[in-house]
Amino acid sequence: MTPLLEVRGIDKSFGPVQVLHNVTFSAYPGEVTALVGDNGAGKSTLVKCIGGIYPIDGGDILFDGKPVQVHGPRDAGELGIEIVYQDLALCDNLDIVQNMFLGRERRSGLVLDEASMEELATQTLDGLSVRTVKSIRQQVSSLSGGQRQTVAIAKAVLWNSKVVILDEPTAALGVAQTAQVLELVRRLADTGLAVVLISHNLNDVFAVSDQIAALYLGKMAAQVRTADVTHAQVVELITSGRSGDLGIAQ
Amino acid sequence: MNKVKELPGEAIVTATQSPSIGHSVTAYIERVRGGDMGALPAVLGLLVLCTVFAIARPAFLTAINVANLFTQGAAVTVIAMGLVFVLLLGEIDLSAGFASGVCAAVLAVTLTNMGLPWYVCVGAAILTGIVIGTVLGTLVAKVGIPSFVVTLAAFLAFQGLVLVLVDEGTNISIRDPVIIAVANKNLPVWLGWALFAACVAGYAALQLIRAGRRAKRGLVADPFSLIAARVGALAIIGGVVVYVLNLERSRNPAISSLMGVPIVVPVILVLLVVWTFVLRRTAFGRHIYAVGGNAEASRRAGISVDRIRISAFVICSAMAAVGGIVAASRASSVDPNTGGSSVLLYAVGAAVIGGTSLFGGKGRVLDAILGGAVVAVIENGMGLMGYGASVKYLVTGFVLLLAAGVDALARKRAAAAGLR
Repeated sequence: MTPLLEVRGIDKSFGPVQVLHNVTFSAYPGEVTALVGDNGAGKSTLVKCIGGIYPIDGGDILFDGKPVQVHGPRDAGELGIEIVYQDLALCDNLDIVQNMFLGRERRSGLVLDEASMEELATQTLDGLSVRTVKSIRQQVSSLSGGQRQTVAIAKAVLWNSKVVILDEPTAALGVAQTAQVLELVRRLADTGLAVVLISHNLNDVFAVSDQIAALYLGKMAAQVRTADVTHAQVVELITSGRSGDLGIAQ
Repeated sequence: MNKVKELPGEAIVTATQSPSIGHSVTAYIERVRGGDMGALPAVLGLLVLCTVFAIARPAFLTAINVANLFTQGAAVTVIAMGLVFVLLLGEIDLSAGFASGVCAAVLAVTLTNMGLPWYVCVGAAILTGIVIGTVLGTLVAKVGIPSFVVTLAAFLAFQGLVLVLVDEGTNISIRDPVIIAVANKNLPVWLGWALFAACVAGYAALQLIRAGRRAKRGLVADPFSLIAARVGALAIIGGVVVYVLNLERSRNPAISSLMGVPIVVPVILVLLVVWTFVLRRTAFGRHIYAVGGNAEASRRAGISVDRIRISAFVICSAMAAVGGIVAASRASSVDPNTGGSSVLLYAVGAAVIGGTSLFGGKGRVLDAILGGAVVAVIENGMGLMGYGASVKYLVTGFVLLLAAGVDALARKRAAAAGLR
């Protein structure tokens, strides 16, 4: 199977500090690929390079096997790469539909086509089996953390997206809401999307992921199938970059 | 749309049938309790003030005074309508008052000193406003100077600019009949009623068509009873106002008759409809709310935040120009004080009293009109009561503080209720 999204040998420096060294990573359709690593390992930088927020210094990004150039969030969006950031990027003073279509509103002529946006938003949320929101015309400010996360994810899948990257989606959530969001993550992959899940929480990672990619000090320690490794091995990969014959050669 | 598999699970929105009118009322009360008061304080304040003044000074409710109220408050209201756009972004424009003065001076100079036709002069005044707004907006958005400082500097500079334009303190009188008519002449009685009928019918038609379209698509639509109530309220309020304005208000009707809706009223109505349409029904308006709510989220959503910021300042200054034209028309002249003294604070007060948040992201153009009415009623009523400028300033300052306090407390309350 060819990966839907593949990065090969990416380097990225900020001034004198090299944050990513020759990083290789791939995400497959229908699978959840977890991206793990300690603080400062380069997870967020890697995601921002893929999303076009940071330009890469070297290496290739391949989409569906073909090399592509990503120069900005717009380029990433056109390819079908959507990133759900940790701070969600929702406008509290707008309602769910308005947020989901923010910046890409549907119009008929000059006027916003509210009815068709509302229909599509409803379909998308229904398709994700979201059943906790009272009305999709309620303001985002009135939603709980889990509901906001759901709206942010729904916003990402609304756009014919093929790759959805979630940056710590459960970091700020309670137990029940975490379970809800993880269930949603799994469903996204089951519908055929390539899902990249950035997480600190190994329980979450083992609960939903098919593959685990561990970054260690800006280098890709290993990308392995979740079924082939144990909890302890992943911890070793995260903390020392090596576990047995896995990981960076010493 | 993604090919998302239909998975078992409850639908997110099951209620496709219209909510009842009772339901709508309960929902509104919930919102107010949660801290989202909208225009409620302004409407209540207006009722209380009108009642108090009507009891204390019966002259308050005479036809001539009511007509006065409209022409007195018009300039400030128009400036406030423009300020709403800047306030929606969480910015402020302290120079709007003197910007209106500068534009009025441009109007007077081109009209009286150069003798150009009135439409050219109006165009020049509004163009001046657009240039001012572009400069202010660019300094705020591109250079990154806080709007408070940029517009405070402009506030000072524009005072000087007005002085330059009107030649160090002289007074330029305006004699063009069209410009004078804006704030001093009235519509014929029949035209007032025709306009009223057109407004009510147009509003009803818009509401019904919208509800019909939504119902046909199976979306939640406003119930007929709610639409009827809204249209009815508009018809009653509008009808009473037009009736009063159409009464004879000349002391000697035999010599000269004075009746009809002041021309400035339909001018404000047109501005209200246009800007409400822009804010509520276009992507541009949606982006203004979005930038005011979360600028970073808007940037990531691909909205050009700088462009939105500059546009808001342009709209604000252009509306200030319109306000300046109205003020010049009312005074029939332009002097160095046009747009000065209390005009700016009254305009900011009008927007905030009407329910526009100083924190950005919340507000409507209609708010400016409601707030402008409150300010005009205070100014007019206090004048009738015989209080001087000192008391007027004190009371208006207090009311502005009260409105800003209500805004801040409502925000806190909304945070406590989990609504923000």
